[in-house]
Amino acid sequence: MYASLVPTSAEMIRFLPELILTVVATLFMVLDPLLGRQSRHVYGHFSILALLGAMAAAVYVYRDPGAAFSGMLMVDGFATFFRVVVIGVGILTVLPSYRYLDREDAETGEYHALLLFSIVGQCVMVTANELIMIFIGLEISSIASYVLAGYLRDDRRANEAALKYFLLGSFATAFFLYGVALIYGMTGSTNLATVRRAILGGSLGSAPIFIGVAAALMFVGLGFKVSGAPFQIWAPDVYQGAPTPVAAFLSAGPKAAAFAIFLRIFLTAFQPIGPGWEPLVWVSALASMTLGNFAALTQSNIKRLLAYSSIAHAGYVLVALAARSNVGTAAAMFYMAAYAFMNIGAFAVVSHLSGKGERYLKVEDFAGLGAKQPGTAALLSIFLLSLIGVPLTGGFFGKFYIFKAALDSHLVWLTVLGLLNSAVAAYYYLRILVMMYMREPGEAASRIQPLTPGLRAALVLPALGTLVLGIFPGWVLDFAGRSSVFVR
Amino acid sequence: MPTSYAETYFPVLLQAVIAMAVAAGMLGASYLLGKRVRNRVKDMPYECGIEPTGSARERFSVKFYLVGMLFILFDIEAIFLYPWAVVYRELKMFAFLEMLVFIVLILSGFFYIWKKGALDWGETGERRFRKP
Repeated sequence: MYASLVPTSAEMIRFLPELILTVVATLFMVLDPLLGRQSRHVYGHFSILALLGAMAAAVYVYRDPGAAFSGMLMVDGFATFFRVVVIGVGILTVLPSYRYLDREDAETGEYHALLLFSIVGQCVMVTANELIMIFIGLEISSIASYVLAGYLRDDRRANEAALKYFLLGSFATAFFLYGVALIYGMTGSTNLATVRRAILGGSLGSAPIFIGVAAALMFVGLGFKVSGAPFQIWAPDVYQGAPTPVAAFLSAGPKAAAFAIFLRIFLTAFQPIGPGWEPLVWVSALASMTLGNFAALTQSNIKRLLAYSSIAHAGYVLVALAARSNVGTAAAMFYMAAYAFMNIGAFAVVSHLSGKGERYLKVEDFAGLGAKQPGTAALLSIFLLSLIGVPLTGGFFGKFYIFKAALDSHLVWLTVLGLLNSAVAAYYYLRILVMMYMREPGEAASRIQPLTPGLRAALVLPALGTLVLGIFPGWVLDFAGRSSVFVR
Repeated sequence: MPTSYAETYFPVLLQAVIAMAVAAGMLGASYLLGKRVRNRVKDMPYECGIEPTGSARERFSVKFYLVGMLFILFDIEAIFLYPWAVVYRELKMFAFLEMLVFIVLILSGFFYIWKKGALDWGETGERRFRKP
């Protein structure tokens, strides 16, 4: 009876990226107390090697797509796309962390181990094909993220960030889990496809209302994880208090994974009740865009500004979800990839400029950066222009495809309001550009350190990614379009 | 065979009502029938029969919480052994290898907290925890 539970070797190979990351992260834990301080950079190097290996494995296992572990995991195009995105986010987070951890005199082994564990969780989330596995991935990813947010233990803001993130995050996962419990009670299954068949089959009798309740509860949990309004309150405080590379990671990796499961659950299991949840997503998308953009207008702290901007960007992706179409799914996938590049790049510049103890975090501190370090300023300009959505950058095509998908699904008002929102957003990004190029250098720009090789890579790679997605969007979009059919 | 939703869950409701009735009955009966003696000794906090000493609101070393947390972690992990033992015969070598992997993971966690000094009670542990 249980013999069918033994996984075949093909199934184990489909799990290879997660295996690589888990083994290396566990090795870090064992090595950390043994190795001394002089080998503090070893972990970073091995993190990058492990992440590259995992990315190669993720691409390799896509040659033989299919289910694994009794259908709990599903390696398809959709999962592979998001696996590559979250692992890529990991690489782009490790690169600026070398300098950051040296500067703040923090331990490196635990940091990289936690980062890898968090990415393992996200990989599990995006490949999971049923609710319990999604929940386990969500927890692995979240618990490591909570610790990373408070990684600088002596910093009061970091403590506050970690505590807020932990408490609100636990509440959100509880909501999600309650939804899972209701679904299991109603349909007798946690497998997404089976749940969908049960809803379609109409064998639920007098209980379809509970399916709606379950969808609403999961919406609360996932809305928190993607920092969509009205569940966004934690984001500014957490991004401000967390170490800057961690804030970059939080705004890209866990968010991309959360959107992946958002799409998978709502477009697979809850597809039959789509007309029911569409207004919820509609309102949440509009609220996130408006609240994020207008709150960002008045921010003086750059990390809070980027946090509100990330809430607004979550709103754009929710527009793609509200479209409830394959085009919308593909647009959301493309947007998450483009957003990961541009946002991590922007955060890497912030990390570089802020100096020891993150002293320089005001928007005014960017004054004169264009004169003092033209290369850094030019790269930041690319990221900001992409965040605005200027053509030739990934951000432009991301927004373009999202609003095109929304129009295709006749969400005219949401599109109009979204486009107006993008116009508002231009103001606060341009303010930073004006600071950099049209003001005399201030204290922060004068004291800026030269770029280290790690930081240089952390700035140039996302810039390249942003431009490649902006000039040749076709390849990524084709893949996203072909993969989006798996989420149906 | 119960047909409607209400019928399916009626036993649950019944159980909840009985549970509440039992609890209310016990409390009510002791309230009505019990003999109440109030004096100084009765009002003292119960400490296993010993006379209470000092206030209960003292500051504890954070080590208590750390050890308590670690204990719960490892305790919960040990529970996995029970379902595993039930299906061990059917899964044979696979189950053995899987549990081996699991134990290795636990042991590496144990090694980590030990070496990091989380279990040391004295000065050495604190020093190792501090930044170098």
